[in-house]
Amino acid sequence: MRYLPATEAQIASMLEAIDVPDLQSLFSMIPEELHLPREMDLPQPMTEEPLLQHLTELAQRNKPLAGPRSFLGGGVYDHYGPALMDQILIRSEFYTAYTPYQPEVSQGTLQAIFEFQTMICQLFEMDVANASLYDGGSALAEAVLLVDRLAKRGTEPRILVSDGINPQHAEALCTYLRFRDNIELEPVALDGHGVTDLDALRGQIDGAAAVVVAYPNCLGNIEDLAQVSAIAKEAKAKLVVSVPDPIAMGLLRGPGAFDADIVCGEGQGLGLPPNFGGPGVGLFAVKKKHMRKMPGRLCGQTKDIHGKPGYVLTLSTREQHIRREKATSNICTNQGLMALAATIYMALMGKQGIREVAHSCHAKAAYLRAKIGELEGFTIPYDAPFFHEFVVEYDGDLGALMEGLEAKGFYGGIPIEETRGRFLVCVTERNDRTTMDEYIDTLVELRRAQA
Amino acid sequence: MSKLNGPGTRGLAFVEPTLFDQSVPGRRACDLPPSDVDDGEERPGAKIPQHLLRDEIEDFPELSEPQVMRHFQRLSQWNFDVDSGFYPLGSCTMKYNPKINEAVSRLPGFTGLHPYQPPETTQGALQLAYELQEMLAEIAGMDAVTLHPSAGSQGELTGLMVMRAYHTACGNPRKKILLPDTAHGTNPASAVLCGYQVVEVPSGEDGVLHPDTLAEYLDEDVAGLMLTNPNTIGLFERHIAQLSDMLHEVGALLYMDGANLNAMMGITRPGDQGVDVMHYNLHKTFSTPHGGGGPGAGPVGVVETLAPFLPNPLVIEDDDGYRLSSMADRPMSIGQVRAFMGNFGVLVRAYAYIRELGAEGLKKVTELAVLNANYMRVRLTGHYPIPYDQPCMHEVIITTEGTGSGETNNIDVAKRLIDSGFHPPTMSFPLVVHEALMIEPTETESLETLDAFCDTLIAIRGEIDEAPQVLKDAPQNPVVGRMDEVTAARKPVLRWTRE
Repeated sequence: MRYLPATEAQIASMLEAIDVPDLQSLFSMIPEELHLPREMDLPQPMTEEPLLQHLTELAQRNKPLAGPRSFLGGGVYDHYGPALMDQILIRSEFYTAYTPYQPEVSQGTLQAIFEFQTMICQLFEMDVANASLYDGGSALAEAVLLVDRLAKRGTEPRILVSDGINPQHAEALCTYLRFRDNIELEPVALDGHGVTDLDALRGQIDGAAAVVVAYPNCLGNIEDLAQVSAIAKEAKAKLVVSVPDPIAMGLLRGPGAFDADIVCGEGQGLGLPPNFGGPGVGLFAVKKKHMRKMPGRLCGQTKDIHGKPGYVLTLSTREQHIRREKATSNICTNQGLMALAATIYMALMGKQGIREVAHSCHAKAAYLRAKIGELEGFTIPYDAPFFHEFVVEYDGDLGALMEGLEAKGFYGGIPIEETRGRFLVCVTERNDRTTMDEYIDTLVELRRAQA
Repeated sequence: MSKLNGPGTRGLAFVEPTLFDQSVPGRRACDLPPSDVDDGEERPGAKIPQHLLRDEIEDFPELSEPQVMRHFQRLSQWNFDVDSGFYPLGSCTMKYNPKINEAVSRLPGFTGLHPYQPPETTQGALQLAYELQEMLAEIAGMDAVTLHPSAGSQGELTGLMVMRAYHTACGNPRKKILLPDTAHGTNPASAVLCGYQVVEVPSGEDGVLHPDTLAEYLDEDVAGLMLTNPNTIGLFERHIAQLSDMLHEVGALLYMDGANLNAMMGITRPGDQGVDVMHYNLHKTFSTPHGGGGPGAGPVGVVETLAPFLPNPLVIEDDDGYRLSSMADRPMSIGQVRAFMGNFGVLVRAYAYIRELGAEGLKKVTELAVLNANYMRVRLTGHYPIPYDQPCMHEVIITTEGTGSGETNNIDVAKRLIDSGFHPPTMSFPLVVHEALMIEPTETESLETLDAFCDTLIAIRGEIDEAPQVLKDAPQNPVVGRMDEVTAARKPVLRWTRE
């Protein structure tokens, strides 16, 4: 076996050195009745080339997104990641190292984390960001758990959660809190414009510990964070903002500009492939005053004993390996390599590029939305400002429409309220005008064929 | 300075300032296609209220593509990694990461899949995941496996929630989770997150948990025991079947932390030992890379009675092929602990690893991992105290307590190892051993490497007596020396700011 360097002769000499007669006897401390009396029932082993063929065949049985012909979003966004990214990610100095516990031989990983933390702070206009969490869903759950830690001891925080939160993220939040009886989650409805109902929010805010909104929300609409923040702050509630696609920050003010206490989100949009939903990277940033209660790894700048600047993991007394049951979170491994990927992407896009990508997404989405709104049988039900996703309502058979689009090579959108014929359309910089025009023509044809 | 004979030396290392320090206004590292739409607006975002718009992201870097490449290339050169040298980090299973696994995980037919595609367009991916569920179940002797959790700690949380959901369905969620004093820190943290009180149970002087001890802690309030097997001392919990019976008698469950599964494959299976719930760490046992701290994957396996509570989505097979389950299929499920099905890209690598090795290969992996650890144990005997001096499984713990005049400790030895080109073992864990160094060689290291490492450790043992200052001054060879961690924590600088 090519990964196992021990030769038969070496095995024999090692067994002799430790005074054990054979390999089987290495396991004599395991009670006899617990030994597996047979070989494990697994498929026959494969050498490299047949394995490559087998995996290639499996991959070919899938139909991946085809660049401009996909209009799927809903929490996973298809932005173009430049070729340079993978050239760095395939460097085993990064991907075969572990968490940088030994700073002297991990300065590369550590400086990259420091740069990641910095750029996430810049995007969100926040003070402190961590080295990443698992994903946007568990990051939202960690945000609410932080609100609980910030609340006065013995209180039972009531947390207002907008219905505009990405449903996948909301699901993870509910599961994390399933057995935390002291925290109450209370939904806040959306209004007819497709954003959080501010009157409802005003009615519910008294005594609430926090307000949680998505920015943009799961219908693609942009919450007016200035107003949400004003309502929250007047009632002394914390503001938690969940960002499903950080590319939006190229166009929009960061939540920190509206006095957000905690910003969480999914960073997959920072040039990472969709990967069937994972791995992406969970983002988490807070105001400085909440720093010592936040979850996850933190990298800090310091000096070595010779006065040379460098980096270390720090404030680890918050973490499970030191604090055990009193830790701020159970997280250990996070999404290191994905955070590195996002760091490279942000470095490549830079100040101008990130803005251009955001503008391109928005302008193209505006174009497609306006065109679809003119079509007979299709309406745009919400009129709130949006970023790069929007809802379309179709007056015919939605399932048939989606199948028809697929037959033409489109992933046409995500059905969200099938009884009302509603689906969510996402446009990124990868969708070009020619393809969008073809998509519009296809919608017209399919409706005509159905009618 | 005295010299050690390891592979490490000093090499040319570049200075590399942060991205922000190198930024030059007007420079760019990306060229986007020109806009091909006219949305009729005089400026982007005209329909968005002005107060929500920003002009620029302050201090975001401005670099060229060659600069970005050179930056990360240089940073990479400051890292120690498994492909460069021996990385015997106990409990982390830093084995070689096969390169074919990286290649197959990058196939566009996998990376380009969107989770909202219809299942008929993702059948290859779903089949892979379905078969991985089945193979992991067979390897550990469990009845059902979910691939959903993102890493070991989320697997623990998921497993504990499954236990709690089961107890709740039986009428009483119960209150306590028992943990031996050798447990990983994630165990108590996960238990608390799941709403349980943690009760620590002492392990015996021989390093394992004894039935008599457990008996003192068992009552109807106990939801379960979390046991790592082999435990963090590197010993097989030989009473595990009896512990399981005792737990079951009071209606409690046995959870196994699968961090150390590398020591059991093909030899013995948790399911056959009486384990009810366990998590796997695919980035340890199944060689998906550690990625500098993730992404991992933490599948959870359970016995039949707990299967209905596993999170959605599971991959299921029906007349139309494979698909992901929903609440409609599995209404007792605890739900999702993250978005979408899991870290699919990690699952592809683990699948490829198991398919390449097969049953015989995996068993060989375990045998050689245990052989390597025992060989090191014997080679280090007489040079360092070995607190549990008996045959070990996949890892061995030595200590520096009582060595030399007491001027040096385990951290000094770890730092001195760096100078000779070895990554240090896990330091100061498990907590029951003072000044511990926990060495996990893995099966992919050669006898020559094990000998070189042991020779170096033995030479350092000499330095402890004769030249302790050399240890105190280590490391000398990396780009930086020991870091001022106290100031880092007292006055945290967690981001770059313009001076």
